[in-house]
Amino acid sequence: MSAQHPLQFVPAAEFKQRSVDATSDAHLRQSFRGAMDFLMAKRAAQFPDDASLQRQRAIAEAIRQYSLARLPDLLEQLERNLTAKGVQVHWAENAEEANAIIVGIAQRHSAKLMVKGKSMVSEETELNHAMEAAGIAALESDMGEYIVQLDGEKPSHIIMPAIHKTKQQIARLFAEKVPGVSYTESVDELIGIGRAVLREKFMHADIGLSGVNFAVAETGTLCLVENEGNGRMCTTVPDVHVAITGIEKVVEKLEHVPPLYGLLTRSATGQAITTYFNMIGGPRKGGADGKGAELDGPKEVHLVLLDNGRTQAYADEQMRATLQCIRCGACMNHCPVYTRIGGHAYGTTYPGPIGEIISPHMMGLAATHALPTASSLCGACGEVCPVKIPIPDLLIRLRGEATHEARPGHAPLVGQGAARSALMDAVWAGWAALYTRPALYRAFGWLATRFRFLTPPTQSGWTVSRTPLKPAARTLREQLAERRRKTH
Amino acid sequence: MSANANVSARERILGRLRAAAPQSKPAAPDVHALYAAMRKDDSRAERIARFCAQMAFWRGEVVPVTADGWTDTLRELCAAKGVASLLHGPRGVHDSALAAAGIPGLKAYDRPVGEWKQELFEATDAGFTSTRGAIAETGTLIIWPDAAEPRLMSLVPPIHFALLDADCIHDTLFDAMTAEGWSADGGRSLPTNALLISGPSKTADIQQTLAYGAHGPKELVVLLLDKTRETAANAAEENRQ
Repeated sequence: MSAQHPLQFVPAAEFKQRSVDATSDAHLRQSFRGAMDFLMAKRAAQFPDDASLQRQRAIAEAIRQYSLARLPDLLEQLERNLTAKGVQVHWAENAEEANAIIVGIAQRHSAKLMVKGKSMVSEETELNHAMEAAGIAALESDMGEYIVQLDGEKPSHIIMPAIHKTKQQIARLFAEKVPGVSYTESVDELIGIGRAVLREKFMHADIGLSGVNFAVAETGTLCLVENEGNGRMCTTVPDVHVAITGIEKVVEKLEHVPPLYGLLTRSATGQAITTYFNMIGGPRKGGADGKGAELDGPKEVHLVLLDNGRTQAYADEQMRATLQCIRCGACMNHCPVYTRIGGHAYGTTYPGPIGEIISPHMMGLAATHALPTASSLCGACGEVCPVKIPIPDLLIRLRGEATHEARPGHAPLVGQGAARSALMDAVWAGWAALYTRPALYRAFGWLATRFRFLTPPTQSGWTVSRTPLKPAARTLREQLAERRRKTH
Repeated sequence: MSANANVSARERILGRLRAAAPQSKPAAPDVHALYAAMRKDDSRAERIARFCAQMAFWRGEVVPVTADGWTDTLRELCAAKGVASLLHGPRGVHDSALAAAGIPGLKAYDRPVGEWKQELFEATDAGFTSTRGAIAETGTLIIWPDAAEPRLMSLVPPIHFALLDADCIHDTLFDAMTAEGWSADGGRSLPTNALLISGPSKTADIQQTLAYGAHGPKELVVLLLDKTRETAANAAEENRQ
């Protein structure tokens, strides 16, 4: 990973080159192939009855669409109910605003150390970078996140951040970077090392940060899903807890949570439930006469609601479905492209199919137009999506938006038409001319077949790992005519 | 961050959403119908058995206890596991029972965490909490911490003992929250932190290899109090005599 930008993402524009590098890295290929096979098998084992799975997906999709249709109202209801419980709600239009809000909170408390539970939204805003710049240490405490941060990397998977690393690599990393630790390949010992280091940090941290899996409007509840307990540590031990989430994560009713939660964990890691489901409804209660006073929990709780391009997706009826996502990662686990290039090649916070359809809204099409092309449109992502996001349709739509003007009546996306080139326009114009004029088409076919010996033996990227394309000796039309003659 | 800038970010985001929100709203999803279709209609005994099997799957230990004898069982478990200090709630309902059991190293969580954080993290072997109930489908404990049983008791000590009444086991999370009316009155009865716990803390972040005790407890021990079975056992005992 680049030493120049230890905390920042590499430009998405270099996606193709990184994909080439990744596919020739045998270790990386093996790590991802093994991990994806494992996760696919675990998910499949959770859904033995397809009819039941389809019922659950239909409800989950309906819940997400119902919530999104009422999103502005639900956000206001959530804000009202959280505020009544003593939670301070902040709104941020972009990453810089979100980071400024969180740095501001930390500075008001003269914080030196922030411990972080897993939060992809904080990765999206590159919060760690902003905290370091303000002189505040930001420590990742999810084991996978801790490992990648220790190595100056970024997560390569939204659920399993260190999935690209082998235990030997992690053993070497710990021996090198953690004081007083000698090389061990025992996973139990490695986890024990992380536990010891991080418990010390939980004890001393001034502020804890987390994401949010579901925000319930009617009760003013923030729900967090995790296995390790670091999320509970971050939201319970320090005096200040800051939660950050995208504006799309809200649902209206508490009863909307179980179907989504059940599908989230089963789709993500093939677990029927996670070790912890943490429902946060406000700071530690003071108690009127000190009698009912709670003895732990944060004294202040903040929620930062982040837009960062989500309202652009929301504005379009088709692309609004992008916001149905509950971040299970099943689309990447089942993606033949992700499995081969891994998460880092994408250069975005969210890799894989969901990243290909959400990143253009966050970063603009100019930087991300190559991403929606990283799909064979096999449809696996759409098929496994627990909330039925039509990912292949959205990939095709974004490919079009990257090469065309906005449709009539639609506001242009950020970076609309960024992939358009004079060469591509000329090729398509030529293709259209050829295919709409029969005489010209026949002449082209005749020339291509008779002069096929002129076909170049190397054909750009195609022949790097494939045999060259060469026209047949006769056109299909000629071959069919020949066959008809013979049979008669 | 000035207050004004923040207000306008809010107004701008909500403004964009309102301008784009669809006119026709889809009908409310029928979550009740989904769970009605999936309902198992297990007997009480089947539900308890399912809870135990699922909890064991998460590597939680389930120990059957009796109403009179659970503190003795707890004392024996503590001795067997080498627990030198057992944390309990300061004003918990089981206070006197625990005190009478003669468990060595019993200590109360009786002051704000800030005053004894280091001792909690470094010199507390186990925590004992009650539970609100459980979920059979997934082998899950429902725990609602409060002033009497603070949040960190079930998280920081390496062993967590939890007392569960078998009468409070629901089929699913959905059943638990609807039967108990968690969201009634805008969720006013919900505590500041409600928890579902399924087994000890774990991670598979290193090469998908499962390891327990990532950050929280390495062991979860459920003391399962089943009064019905106890009554039946007593009746059988009397019949024999």
